[in-house]
Amino acid sequence: MIEQPHPKQDVLNRRDQIIAGLRRLLPASGVIAEALRLKPYETDGLSAYREVPLAVALPETTEQVAAVMAFCQAEGVRVVPRGAGTSLSGGALPMADAVVLGLMRMNRILDIDYADRCAVVQAGVTNIGITQAVAARQFFYAPDPSSQLACMIGGNVNMNSGGAHCLRYGVTANNLLGLKIVTVDGEILDIGGAYLDAAGYDWLGLLTGSEGQLAIVTEVTVRILRSPEGARAMLAAFDSNEVAGACVDSIIGSGIIPVALEFMDRPAIHACEAFAHAGYPLDAEALLIIEVEGSVAEQDDLLARIRAICAGHSPISLEVAATAAQSLAIWKGRKGAFGAVGRISPDYLCMDGTIPTSELPHVLRRIGEMSVSYGLQVANIFHAGDGNLHPLIMFDANDPASFHKAEAFGADILKLCVEVGGCLTGEHGVGVEKRDLMGVQFTEIELDQQRRLKSAFDPGWLLNANKVFPLTAALRAA
Amino acid sequence: MMPGDEAGIVAAIRDATAPLLIQGAGSKLPMLRPVQAAATLSTSGLTGITLYSPKELVLSARAGTPVADLVAATAAAGQHLIAEPPDYRRVLATTGAGTIGGAVATNLSGPRRVAWGAMRDHVLGVRAVNGQGELIRAGGRVLKNVTGLDLCKLLSGSHGTLAVMTEITIKVLPMPERRATLVLKGLDATRAVAAMSAALGSPYAVSAAAHLPAAMAARVPALAWFGASVTLARLEDFAPSVVYRADRLRAELAEFGAAELLDDGASLAGWADIGDVLPLVGEGEAVWRISVRPSQGPGVLHALENAFGATGFLDWGGGLVWIAGPATEAAHAAIETAARAAGGVWTLMRAPDPLRSTVAVVPPEAAALARIGRQVKAAFDPRGLLNPGRLVAGS
Repeated sequence: MIEQPHPKQDVLNRRDQIIAGLRRLLPASGVIAEALRLKPYETDGLSAYREVPLAVALPETTEQVAAVMAFCQAEGVRVVPRGAGTSLSGGALPMADAVVLGLMRMNRILDIDYADRCAVVQAGVTNIGITQAVAARQFFYAPDPSSQLACMIGGNVNMNSGGAHCLRYGVTANNLLGLKIVTVDGEILDIGGAYLDAAGYDWLGLLTGSEGQLAIVTEVTVRILRSPEGARAMLAAFDSNEVAGACVDSIIGSGIIPVALEFMDRPAIHACEAFAHAGYPLDAEALLIIEVEGSVAEQDDLLARIRAICAGHSPISLEVAATAAQSLAIWKGRKGAFGAVGRISPDYLCMDGTIPTSELPHVLRRIGEMSVSYGLQVANIFHAGDGNLHPLIMFDANDPASFHKAEAFGADILKLCVEVGGCLTGEHGVGVEKRDLMGVQFTEIELDQQRRLKSAFDPGWLLNANKVFPLTAALRAA
Repeated sequence: MMPGDEAGIVAAIRDATAPLLIQGAGSKLPMLRPVQAAATLSTSGLTGITLYSPKELVLSARAGTPVADLVAATAAAGQHLIAEPPDYRRVLATTGAGTIGGAVATNLSGPRRVAWGAMRDHVLGVRAVNGQGELIRAGGRVLKNVTGLDLCKLLSGSHGTLAVMTEITIKVLPMPERRATLVLKGLDATRAVAAMSAALGSPYAVSAAAHLPAAMAARVPALAWFGASVTLARLEDFAPSVVYRADRLRAELAEFGAAELLDDGASLAGWADIGDVLPLVGEGEAVWRISVRPSQGPGVLHALENAFGATGFLDWGGGLVWIAGPATEAAHAAIETAARAAGGVWTLMRAPDPLRSTVAVVPPEAAALARIGRQVKAAFDPRGLLNPGRLVAGS
């Protein structure tokens, strides 16, 4: 289990005053303090960890956010920002002495400019909501995390979310132009704007992926892109992970960058097929889903090139979608992967390391050995083009021993990722989940540099103090 | 000082007792404010590619490696640097082959930036030495990495004021099989931006769009023979795609006139000259770049023509305005006014020392942000040794 900072007793003692203070700043419905209504905020997508917060504040404007921050700063109250609460790394896990600052009521799209290809949206707009707002003009917002129906752009900014198509379109950081933020002092600041590459320090780049450590994001200016003419997928099945990995290398080496290049291992194939009946070959050890974009003729040209490359690697089967409907069927299994694994195991942990793609066969072999020694099943789903690995470790949450084994197994996988030249997290963030593993990737000097950087924004460590950095003695004692 | 290894950089900073001018080859030193330093610390002695894995799209090099060496190495493997790092030696009247460390520390990107991201978007990892002489690694060698605060982004574009980068890892991509550029002739800037917005907002993956008034186009060999203003949209991809998209894009842009086509070689040469700002070489004592939303580009250009007879052109679909003019406070004030009115930002790229020591070379930040900036500087360089005053006076 992961240790939490010791709650500040003086803050807990002043709970009623703090709640009364928040009520003076927000509309009546904007402060939640009753035990029953606090319950939904006790956890996020990493539901193994729970902590009921002191209170929840739900501001509707940037000015209200500023007022809440200034108040919490003056009162010495910790703040945990929250969007939709879909974080898989515990990025929105509360603390007992903290106010959860929920941005979900700030859900308006403020401006869409097709000529300049950008949109200004509030932090609580869902990821898919942006694409839906511009879809009629055949535009889209590119990053597409698998939680995109629920997750909010403010959370995407804070976690620098990725998705299945970032090989072509980049992650959140590559698709932003500006932010409106509120500092821990309650100052409202504009960062960047509807133009490229602000002069001076790259605050936009630093704030993106900062996991709520530096400031509160209330508005986001995103780039919107014109949709391609069309897209089509193909399936290639192989009898070993090594061969599938070599095929990925050959595709990239040929100069083709597919918009998506997904890899599933045997357990993942079986789980997805049982769930979605997508027609995946059950005798395969590894499956690639490869998607290309463009006009029908361009798709045909690229798929023919990729097909020829795959054919050179003795595939068990090759299936090129002839229509958009067949493409959807190919994607159906992959997109349902989490639900599929959820059907065969009561609980699972979704890991998120990144490795150099050349290490894939080696890493999958080692994960297989660990699976045997821990006695826990694992299914591997992998953004093969960019090396982002998602092992789903299956366990039983009703059995504490099983959960502890799953956590230890996950930690071993992430250490392996770092050992082969990769990193602890490709797109889910450190959160609480990987906080205590940071020393595997960084030296103490490097962590202290990052801590000093946080302190430059948040000298009192009020923002999300239970995440990202291994707890210092001061935080433990509070 | 020009140490030959990272340990030498560490020692130089650890032992320093007075401010240091931090530079690579010095090819972009005329940018921003001059640094008052007791000594120069150059990374030019740190050279060589340390990792290149084309099938993983990853390249690492020591910070002093010339960009040209990386261009050559990637080209030999059929790949390229995504952000097209420009070579400003002619427009800035400098010598010295620009280094990858300098390209990242200044975050300057070429024409492809509008579609494929800036230099900083492709920095995967750095090794750097902070102002205490401590080695700091950030990022890594993998394409997706959100572990910890993103120091790669913060150090990109920090102009050597926070830490001295010693090694950089970037993402690279396959070089396109074919290039072509559609050319519309005789448009004014406003119509040109409308055409470029249509091109960049089309489904045909336009990878660059620029507008050069006739006098500017005349300075670029690949474009001079049009004898008019030119508005350009570039396509880069597999050959069949480029042929197909050029046809479709020409039809989509028909309302702006009959587009002509620059083929592969002419397209390559023309865009290299635009990226390197060749049209402004010798045009004025001072050079600025202004970043605005694309639709504001023409207004900025007109305002500055009226204010001081500026010459200039538009890249990034209208969003990047390049301006040359007299090195006077009045001209700089006009730049600030025009950029602010358009909701954008300016960077003074070249001027004699008296002017660039005096004016705000980049827009001043709001007080609360400037305070955070000073704290960030202190978090990396508490003794104020690294390029003091490069961006802002007294910092």
